[in-house]
Amino acid sequence: MAALTLGKYASKLPLWRVSGEPLRRRPHPKARNRQFKRAGCVVNSMGSRFSYTLDSSLDSVNKVEEAAEQLAQESGLDEDQVFQITMAVREAAVNAVLHGNAYDPKKKITASFENTGSSLVICIGDQGSGLDPSTLPDPLAPENLLSGSGRGIFLIRSFMDEVHFKLLHPGTELTLIKHLDSTQKRA
Amino acid sequence: MSMKISTRQVDGVTILDLSGRITLGEGSVQLRNAVRELLGKGSKDILLNLADVNYIDSSGIGELVSAFTATRNQGGELKLLKLTKKVHDLLQITKLYTVFDIKDDEAQAIAAFTHA
Repeated sequence: MAALTLGKYASKLPLWRVSGEPLRRRPHPKARNRQFKRAGCVVNSMGSRFSYTLDSSLDSVNKVEEAAEQLAQESGLDEDQVFQITMAVREAAVNAVLHGNAYDPKKKITASFENTGSSLVICIGDQGSGLDPSTLPDPLAPENLLSGSGRGIFLIRSFMDEVHFKLLHPGTELTLIKHLDSTQKRA
Repeated sequence: MSMKISTRQVDGVTILDLSGRITLGEGSVQLRNAVRELLGKGSKDILLNLADVNYIDSSGIGELVSAFTATRNQGGELKLLKLTKKVHDLLQITKLYTVFDIKDDEAQAIAAFTHA
């Protein structure tokens, strides 16, 4: 699959072998860079990807949730995994709308969804004041256990394989990644 | 799809039969208002039947906790009845499974209220 991203460079690159897989072309440095950025929701050079820019509303949360569910279902994940991804993405969208943009009608949230073939990559961005995850209290600590809020990021981290925070100045972008096993790699 | 709540009384305990989703903007506010109304009327023994709650998010989990603490602060008890697997799993990973008194059988749940 990597060869598909190489274009005109493919024939000029040395062959390499990856853990028993057939020989393939080593990606051009620029191609590797493209793939790295794609995981960070900057560039999409291949695969199925779709994105939205939405108002800061609960309708948007529901739309993002539906898109996540569709992506997860089409990726061959089981019911529990679909539920977990859908919930994690919903929590991220709620954070963007509620805590990030604070329902400000002038601010938008962005949501992108991609099946890279090896992972599902979902990015949710807002235009708020920025979220520093290190400042979030631990919802499992005894003193926080009976708190009425503060479990969203914890659930996201529980359900996804990777969660990355990026400050956008203004705003925050969360990148949620779920790795697909070999039986689920349907790009 | 919003949440529906129906209320019934059994042996001095108010049972709220919830169905649908308890999420931000959908069931959370309804649940909060229903519990507040009961506490305001002096109904302090509350059993939340979650058998038909198919989805709950962090807002809904927070609302369950708030309902629990509000009831306890009024000198009452709030218990949970018949969790679906998803809700059960969520309460386990958030370590709330041991905070709530959770029952699978309605009669046993009613009997477990100390004031009933």
